[in-house]
Amino acid sequence: MTRDIAVVAFAQSDTLRSSEEVSEVEMLMPVLHDVLAQTGLKTADIGFTCSGSCDYLAGRAFSFTLALDGVGAWPPISESHVETDGAWALYEAWTKLLSGDADTALVYSYGKSSPGSLRDVLTRQLDPYYVAPLWPDSVALAALQAQALIDAGDTDERELAAIGARSRATDNPRAQLKGPVPQGDYVVRPLRTGDCPPIGDGAAAVVLAAGERARELCERPAWIRGIDHRIEAHSLGVRDLTDSPSARLAAERAGAFERPVDTAELHAPFSSQEVVLRKALGLDDATRVNPSGGALAANPMMAAGLARIGEAAARIHRGESDRALAHATSGPCLQQNLVAVLEGDPR
Amino acid sequence: MSKEPVAVVGIGQTKHVAARRDVSIAGLVREAAVRALDDAELTWADIDAVVIGKAPDFFEGVMMPELYLADALGAVGKPMLRVHTAGSVGGSTALVAANLVAARVHSTVLTLAFEKQSESNAMWGLSLPIPFQQPLLAGAGGFFAPHVRAYMRRTGAPDTVGSLVAYKDRRNALKNPYAHLHEHDITLEKVQASPMLWDPIRYSETCPSSDGACAMVLTDRAGAARAPRPPAWMLGGAMRSEPTLFAGKDAVSPQAGKDCAADVYRQAQIADPRRDIDAVEMYVPFSWYEPMWLENLGFAEEGEGWKLTEAGVTELDGDLPVNMSGGVLSTNPIGASGMIRFAEAALQARGQAGEHQVEGARKVLGHAYGGGSQFFSMWLVGSEPPDA
Repeated sequence: MTRDIAVVAFAQSDTLRSSEEVSEVEMLMPVLHDVLAQTGLKTADIGFTCSGSCDYLAGRAFSFTLALDGVGAWPPISESHVETDGAWALYEAWTKLLSGDADTALVYSYGKSSPGSLRDVLTRQLDPYYVAPLWPDSVALAALQAQALIDAGDTDERELAAIGARSRATDNPRAQLKGPVPQGDYVVRPLRTGDCPPIGDGAAAVVLAAGERARELCERPAWIRGIDHRIEAHSLGVRDLTDSPSARLAAERAGAFERPVDTAELHAPFSSQEVVLRKALGLDDATRVNPSGGALAANPMMAAGLARIGEAAARIHRGESDRALAHATSGPCLQQNLVAVLEGDPR
Repeated sequence: MSKEPVAVVGIGQTKHVAARRDVSIAGLVREAAVRALDDAELTWADIDAVVIGKAPDFFEGVMMPELYLADALGAVGKPMLRVHTAGSVGGSTALVAANLVAARVHSTVLTLAFEKQSESNAMWGLSLPIPFQQPLLAGAGGFFAPHVRAYMRRTGAPDTVGSLVAYKDRRNALKNPYAHLHEHDITLEKVQASPMLWDPIRYSETCPSSDGACAMVLTDRAGAARAPRPPAWMLGGAMRSEPTLFAGKDAVSPQAGKDCAADVYRQAQIADPRRDIDAVEMYVPFSWYEPMWLENLGFAEEGEGWKLTEAGVTELDGDLPVNMSGGVLSTNPIGASGMIRFAEAALQARGQAGEHQVEGARKVLGHAYGGGSQFFSMWLVGSEPPDA
């Protein structure tokens, strides 16, 4: 069974350091209205809805249940939720379209990092018995990875600084951090402020459609030629942090290596992680990496991965790309990775 | 274009108890997973992907625990997907896994759901702070008791029905070695005399708080052909959601539940659920939800569900056995509870339910719900493959 499935619309909010003036539903609703308006669809026209979010950011159980109010799930809808980045919600929705259960899907995700101290919150992702009690924070773990890369001769601090500068040179109007940004002091050596993502609140949404429905809804659909995700061991001690075998395997399964891609949207929250991903995915200078600015320009937790797929798709919609790779990550030091390959019809 | 038929070929669960202090969270989930693999006579290498579900991460205090559990579940190098749809999550997780097989993305998928509630206090984990909710509620019982009261008022059901459900489910649990509560000295009088917790719900009409995990191995037609024991075949499955609160919501018999059941029956070509379905394992965390769901799922006319319970129709040897395993009233590791319902339905269809087996069960419904009676997931499984 094969069925052509495409991203036909993408919308996102601004990413803000604090959104305390608005609830999650209020942050989400304009994005949902935007993405549906692009296709002319209403909630009731959507065959399957899937979202991604995380209770630990909101600091309350079942935080996603009220976000459903933003969708307007009445009459009742066929719906599901993943407790991770929305890229995995997109994956779940893709399987629903693939099996023929639905012809269209709405996928959204959101995250508010502002209510808590994100570096502390993310320590709760770690092995609860042996690692979490030590509270190693997300920047410290990324710094271990960056130092391993430097020690292996894969990069140096100058190259890392250049990655940050290039990312923030984006013209993306939704970017939280753009233009010349000082590289700053060390946050955790060897990572400086400029190597770290801005902390922000934001939301993203896409619409998927299958076959002819996709062509009706979008002038140039971004066809998902392949999508796959893989996870690695949790313990950092058993991983080679300078490599990403899971990203490479996911890319292989998604067909990324069959032909070169002209664009890659990588979910690399730290500059050093772009180095890891470029190596694992075999990307050279012929591929334009993160024209959106990537996670170094805006990193709304749980939405930044979905936004990479959306950004890659939007470039195909606009005719700025013909074949793009989109990547999302979850967990410490790129533990889990998802790769999608998107293509536009020949022009 | 047709979907690949999905078969359940392995089922495993832990002995559910109040606190598994002898194992870590990883140890708990691995125990269930190994039992499911053993049942299917498969190894970790046979598994293409892992789909895992649980209720709020605050119950164990581990954010996105699938990351930490990747090693314990043999998922390294494989796809691992985490589902969370509130109390219905155990069912939704199985459906997401089933769809990977139905869509021919993978051949054999391990799906697992768990909760280790002894790591925290679930009742207060569910009592949300101001400003999100009025500070009048204590736990899920406080939320659902008014809906039960509304059901009683609407139908004129006598006060005694709730105790009958609890008495039945706790006796069924005695036949299920994995059930949490084994109350060997249970009597109807004891249930009726137990303290009132959330009027009209008594202590003995309330689910326990459990540590437990449940796992299933789902596979395609080729995988089922190699299975050592009879598979259960998925004949239909669906999820439906509606908002938590809105004007006009029927909290007693939510539209999302009706729509979800209708979708499953359509897929499985069930014209009359009362006649065509042999047994039901439904999510009854508070006794009165049995008659309420009997109506919502179309097994009884509106207002008539309690009469089936009162007449003994839902007893293990009744005409429509409900919650043969002892149900959520006897075992409730919240995130796993939906999957335990789905797994029990499959056990029955496979004829592998042991002492609580319903003779001749061919089509069995597994049901889960969550949130404010707003998230529903269901599957119908049978002893014969679809279109056979």
